[in-house]
Amino acid sequence: MPERGARPAASVDVAILNFVRDTLALADVELHKLWRDPLELLTRAIQPALWLLIFGQVMGRLKAIPTGNMSYLTFMTPGILAQSVLFIAIFYGISVIWERDLGILQKLLATPAPRSALVLGKALSAGVRGLSQGFIIYLLALALHIPLRFRVGAIAGVAGFIILGSALFSTFSLSVACLVRTRERFMGVGQVLTMPLFFTSNAIYPLSIMPPWLRALSKANPLSYQVDALRVLMVEGGQSIFGLGKDFTVLFLGLVLLVLITAKLYPNVVQ
Amino acid sequence: MDQNAEVAPPAVETVGLTRRFGSLTAVSELSLQVAAGSIFGLLGPNGAGKTTTIKMLTTMLAPSAGTARVAGFDVVRHPVEVRRSMGYVSQMLSADGALTGYENLLLFARLYGISRRLRRERILDALEFMGLSESANHLVRNYSGGMIRRLEIAESMMHRPAVLFLDEPTVGLDPVARHAVWGHLRGLRDQYGATILMTTHDMEEADELSETIAIMNLGHVVAIGSPRSLKAEVGPQANLDDVFIHYAGGSIEQGGNYRDIARTRRTASRLG
Repeated sequence: MPERGARPAASVDVAILNFVRDTLALADVELHKLWRDPLELLTRAIQPALWLLIFGQVMGRLKAIPTGNMSYLTFMTPGILAQSVLFIAIFYGISVIWERDLGILQKLLATPAPRSALVLGKALSAGVRGLSQGFIIYLLALALHIPLRFRVGAIAGVAGFIILGSALFSTFSLSVACLVRTRERFMGVGQVLTMPLFFTSNAIYPLSIMPPWLRALSKANPLSYQVDALRVLMVEGGQSIFGLGKDFTVLFLGLVLLVLITAKLYPNVVQ
Repeated sequence: MDQNAEVAPPAVETVGLTRRFGSLTAVSELSLQVAAGSIFGLLGPNGAGKTTTIKMLTTMLAPSAGTARVAGFDVVRHPVEVRRSMGYVSQMLSADGALTGYENLLLFARLYGISRRLRRERILDALEFMGLSESANHLVRNYSGGMIRRLEIAESMMHRPAVLFLDEPTVGLDPVARHAVWGHLRGLRDQYGATILMTTHDMEEADELSETIAIMNLGHVVAIGSPRSLKAEVGPQANLDDVFIHYAGGSIEQGGNYRDIARTRRTASRLG
């Protein structure tokens, strides 16, 4: 049976190009939708605003948490950005259940696009939403006179780590959705995961004041590496504990692993 | 089955195709051939195994036993080649309401690997073929149910698939929209030579469109043939409803599950 118009069998380099194109096609769709209906972005801004304006201000006055030469508000700003990105990404998996119920996922799975490109496309879509959170938190931080780094390299680095963290946590969320397969179960699991990930990270207190068991958990938590990178790239005087190279390696390898696992699990959702 | 089957390899062929879910056998030893360039109707009550069969043929679900070939490619050994050679229209109204018709088509043109050079031309062709050119830049959430269904068929045909799978393509549509979709499906077969395999609960639809009909019940094919021959087997005055009841009627209450029914109702509800 002749194939008409379908993509031809691909060599490795063409396959990579196809993979990138499929991934970007899905992320592009999300960008279009977000551009057309930005209300969600405004509502998502409320939670980080509360953390910075209320929690940050109060804790900053107490001076209970040692943050070296920087104010507590400056210390926690990258953490709140990471938290805000996490909270969006960790519930992103529900979209795949929703898309299954609408028949969208079945259509996507029936295309020749690799499953891993479908997963990474969704992960990058979460990254796009994460970037919008970054923009909002930069605005809030400016209003609060938090000393931000505005060098091009630093801002590009922040954007990169936002996308990387969003992609990692949304892929984790997609894998959970593939296993639990119903909205109700997913929401339950999502609630269980969010706070432990946040509180076992270095988002709102430094590793140095954690008890050893919590420090060990924190070092196993990818959110800590995202916060660590954001802290050094985003605010003046921010210092990295792990090093940017290690932050990137942990998040990147975690993402690759999760994309591979989730691509295997993806068809489970429609079965 | 069909005279073409003697001169051309079948577009879809299954041999002993079986799918089990734990102790439940959803599809059992299914062996059928769909002639290239024909319209094949797969009928059966809820839970008969139609959707499971489509899922296996479209590589969404691995068979437990048996083999299936689509456009000459084995669904287990060459799933990507199968997906390149086919189009799929889900039972649900699955076009993205937050995008325009053109944007919906653009996404699938990219995912089906249509080259940038051909993309715009194929999208405009598909829109024109489905009578949607005027609405191409309107958000799909403002489309009627019939327009959405036509858009979804357009999504599935831009890469000129050899085989098109449609899962209850006109469920919930009003008679005018239903007849319009039928006309477009015939056009797809006639103009592009696509083989169409569709599931349906609509006997009129099956009678109008299909050259061959298979009736499934509890995972088995219980009757297969042309609409005319199946009706003749049941009685001189029999219509396809009578054929369906004759072969599947006794088991209607046994089949189906909550998810099947909910999905159908959700689609009907979205169509108003």
